[in-house]
Amino acid sequence: MSFFEGNKMTAGYGNGPDIINSCTIKVDRGEIVAILGPNGAGKSTAMKAMLGLLNLKSGSVVIDGQEISKLSPQDRVKKGISFVPQTKNVFAELTVRENLEVGAFLREDDVNKVIEEIYNLFPILKEKSSQVVGQLSGGQRQQVALGRALMIKPSILMLDEPTAGVSPIVMDELFQHIIKVKETNVGIIMVEQNAKQALSISNRGYVLVTGENKFEGSGDELLNDPEVRRSFLGG
Amino acid sequence: MELLNALILLLNYTIVPAITYGSQLALGAIFVTLIYGVLRFANFATGDMMSFGTMFAVLLTYYFQSIGIGLGILPTALLTIPFAIIAMILYMLFIDNFVFKYYRVKKSAPVQLAMVSVGVMFVTQAIIRIIIGPFDRRFLDGEKFILKASEFKEMTGLNEGLTIKSTQAITVVVTIILVSILFWFLNKTKTGTSMRAYSDNEDLALLSGIDPKRVVMITWIIAGFLATVGGVLYGLDKSYKPFVYFNNMLPIFAAAIVGGIGNPFGAFLGGYVIAFAEIFVTYAYKKFFTYLLPESLEPDSLVQLLSTDYKFAVSFSILVIVLLFRPSGIFEGKKI
Ligand SMILES: Nc1ncnc2c1ncn2[C@@H]1O[C@H](COP(=O)(O)OP(=O)(O)O)[C@@H](O)[C@H]1O
Ligand SMILES: [Mg+2]
Repeated sequence: MSFFEGNKMTAGYGNGPDIINSCTIKVDRGEIVAILGPNGAGKSTAMKAMLGLLNLKSGSVVIDGQEISKLSPQDRVKKGISFVPQTKNVFAELTVRENLEVGAFLREDDVNKVIEEIYNLFPILKEKSSQVVGQLSGGQRQQVALGRALMIKPSILMLDEPTAGVSPIVMDELFQHIIKVKETNVGIIMVEQNAKQALSISNRGYVLVTGENKFEGSGDELLNDPEVRRSFLGG
Repeated sequence: MELLNALILLLNYTIVPAITYGSQLALGAIFVTLIYGVLRFANFATGDMMSFGTMFAVLLTYYFQSIGIGLGILPTALLTIPFAIIAMILYMLFIDNFVFKYYRVKKSAPVQLAMVSVGVMFVTQAIIRIIIGPFDRRFLDGEKFILKASEFKEMTGLNEGLTIKSTQAITVVVTIILVSILFWFLNKTKTGTSMRAYSDNEDLALLSGIDPKRVVMITWIIAGFLATVGGVLYGLDKSYKPFVYFNNMLPIFAAAIVGGIGNPFGAFLGGYVIAFAEIFVTYAYKKFFTYLLPESLEPDSLVQLLSTDYKFAVSFSILVIVLLFRPSGIFEGKKI
């Protein structure tokens, strides 16, 4: 039994067709799990289902042994599950600091202390704290998005393509940050297009194809599996 | 001396009235921009909602006067504003709950909500007509002038007098107070920041635990303050005539758009841009030039760019020009 599990999830948008079929994703605290697969495979959908942004037709979502399949996204956030969407994942018109403050909206305690912790994790955010996020570079925005999601001190962090559209150097930097977050005992699920690099920092990975689990295993296993290499890692 | 006379003339007939009128427009424009920014639709009931709030202030003023409650040299209406605001907010929340909410939950297109607001406008107009009627009403009492033209002339020995009406001073003071509190609230408080966050990125705001129902409610509460205070200040300064409030929607929307729709500080400045433009373009400068130019060059005509009858053409032209060339507004600044 893992800390956070989506078990045999089947779901679609509204009354449309099922996008994910009996899909299973599991993660423990202090672990990075990568979800890979072709475009349109349902990777984002699987994550949204785990957060409750769409309803399950069957299957379940469990955190720390507690079934949460019926909870609203907001209530799941309160349970410590934080989500960084693929697009529009920052408040572009707010400053860096305000983004962090809004991330901590549900917190009752002293927000300044948490903000300091985030600044330690992402020093650039401290430097840019009063800048409007819309004016930052892609890599910096992604750090704001991570920082905002970390403000509730989540036990689980779900990242949908955190390195989309940034240069290889910035990608490496972001992955280093993600490792640092993992080391604070957070469980991380991330969808990634940069499959090789993602697997190299992941403990485990899942490959989804048309909404179903196709392969799974440790990072090394997947990297070395000839079939996975051929179809998803470009040889 | 002539130069001073000319300046006082401009001050008296253009600058002071424009600052006053601009403040009144500014409050309406912030109202428009706030609803647009947070609830995402152009509220065509703006003018009539302002009229609705003002109606309560008018009726309560008459009532207070009849039982002998007043504020001495200040207008009794100031005393009625808090009650009028409460009535206005209740009406707005009622309308939101029974009309706008339905379309919001259905995630209707903004243009659909705008059409719905036209319906709300007609209903509001009808209610106002039933309760108070369409007539022109004055409800200003207390001391009318802070500075009279004759006093000013005596003091300075100039030909031209400067008049400052108490309603002008009240308008400016009340606007400064209200707008300062509003911007402090929006920018410095947790609730204000959550409103801006919701307006910027609704989905992410929900994921951060912001309660949309609360944001909507607070937006209408703020709108209630702006609509009532803006409406009462205008009514005190000119007079309360419901149809005029409907007409004022053009300059108010122009101000909101000049300021960059969704940008409250832009809307605030936009109010003054429109007011100054309207008054400068419709003022007859004949006397002004008479002071400044030698007799031989004195103008025969009124030197008026546009008759005051066409003052709405000014807002309309500015609106069209801004929409064509700077659709995001002429001011930089944060959106709500
Ligand atoms: N909001 C939505 N409504 C309806 N269908 C959607 C929505 N989002 C995604 N889909 C469909 O679901 C499928 C999987 O999309 P997605 O989960 O975003 O794929 P991935 O993240 O793996 O690229 C696609 O066919 C897409 O068209
Ligand atoms: Mg995706």
